[in-house]
Amino acid sequence: MSADTEQEAPLDISAAYAESNIGAIVEQLDRELIGLAPVKSRIREIAALLLVDRLRKRVGLATEPPPLHMSFTGGPGTGKTTVAMRMAEILKSLGYVRKGHLVAVTRDDLVGQFIGHTAPKTKEVIKRAMGGVLFIDEAYYLYKAENERDYGGEAIEILLQAMENNRDDLVVIFAGYKDRMDAFFSSNPGLKSRVGNHIDFPDYSPEELMQIGELMVAKLSYRFTDDAHAAFAEYIRRRMAQPFFANARSVRNAIGRARLRQANRLFALGGVLTRDELMTIEAEDIRKSRIFTEDN
Amino acid sequence: MRVTQGAFSYLPDLTDEQIGKQIQYALDNNWPISIEYTNDPHPRNSYWEMFGLPMFDLKDAAAIMGEIKRARGEYPDSYIKVNAYDARYGRQTTALSFIINRPANEPGFRLERQNGNDRVQRYTIKAYSLDTPRETRYST
Repeated sequence: MSADTEQEAPLDISAAYAESNIGAIVEQLDRELIGLAPVKSRIREIAALLLVDRLRKRVGLATEPPPLHMSFTGGPGTGKTTVAMRMAEILKSLGYVRKGHLVAVTRDDLVGQFIGHTAPKTKEVIKRAMGGVLFIDEAYYLYKAENERDYGGEAIEILLQAMENNRDDLVVIFAGYKDRMDAFFSSNPGLKSRVGNHIDFPDYSPEELMQIGELMVAKLSYRFTDDAHAAFAEYIRRRMAQPFFANARSVRNAIGRARLRQANRLFALGGVLTRDELMTIEAEDIRKSRIFTEDN
Repeated sequence: MRVTQGAFSYLPDLTDEQIGKQIQYALDNNWPISIEYTNDPHPRNSYWEMFGLPMFDLKDAAAIMGEIKRARGEYPDSYIKVNAYDARYGRQTTALSFIINRPANEPGFRLERQNGNDRVQRYTIKAYSLDTPRETRYST
């Protein structure tokens, strides 16, 4: 490189940022996803790296596409799939994937049932995901240590090959519960070394779950009365103490059931209804839940 | 003699980049792509061998370019074409079809005459390449 290209006019990183549309996406992420601070900061870091990389490319510095394969670990209902979808959009707006679609698969979609069935199946999925993001949910099921004749290993091998050879075409995200994913990666060192970003999704606090609940209710054009609000906070507190609590997913299910009870109540009421009544979830719609009747 | 079938066949051979763009256009229109090959260049030979199944649900041309590379590796001395099928009700036909690989040496066709009843002359064309067995066809 000659000396004068190195002394170019300073590059405007804010202009590049504005132009890339990342700002809008990150903002949307902040608005629509409650909590998840470590996840958001990581996404911002990745976005910053991609942006800087793009500027470096513009002035002719050596750039190499950063390792974008990721692993998302965290409990059920902590937003792994939702964030993966956003990730696809972010990567697209930065020009690192061309189409920005998300192909979500599990073991069933990759692993075949008999010899010679796995490779074509896995390749088919990889082809579908090209130009976008391949999201492998509960990825640890791919590898079954106790059965050495399991076909999952073959799927992993083909995935590795595609991750290496089609780096420009494909971003793979592995997702699952933390402890099992750790075991999965430690038994597949080749995979671990090719996955550059490990992001851990923390469980939500009760306050965050409440905010999530309100967001969901508002999206469905409902609203809580003050009493219902208190009842729902109580519901979350009780539900969290119970087994099989699945964070935001449990909240969504609870709202679904509250809507059922609300509809039922209105139906029993009969007569003329106002728009307001159709929108309002009362405390009794929540307090009728099994969670409150059980002693705990 | 250069065989001219399908789209773009009067143009110089498309580069891989150009092929990729055509395929992307087809995929953007929701036309699934299939790859076919043959070594019988007769214009009425409409049933070419399929190279794998038609590829549904793809979004990006890179996946198909990979398949094209594989097909060329396996059948370097064959004609290979890609077809894009428009499944929309009311159309349901091949929307775009073009040759992406051809033998290095294309010997062309000869005209054959046959004497029929009452001094009737019947004409047919026959590819020179079909005179040699399949294995050695097109080898120079």
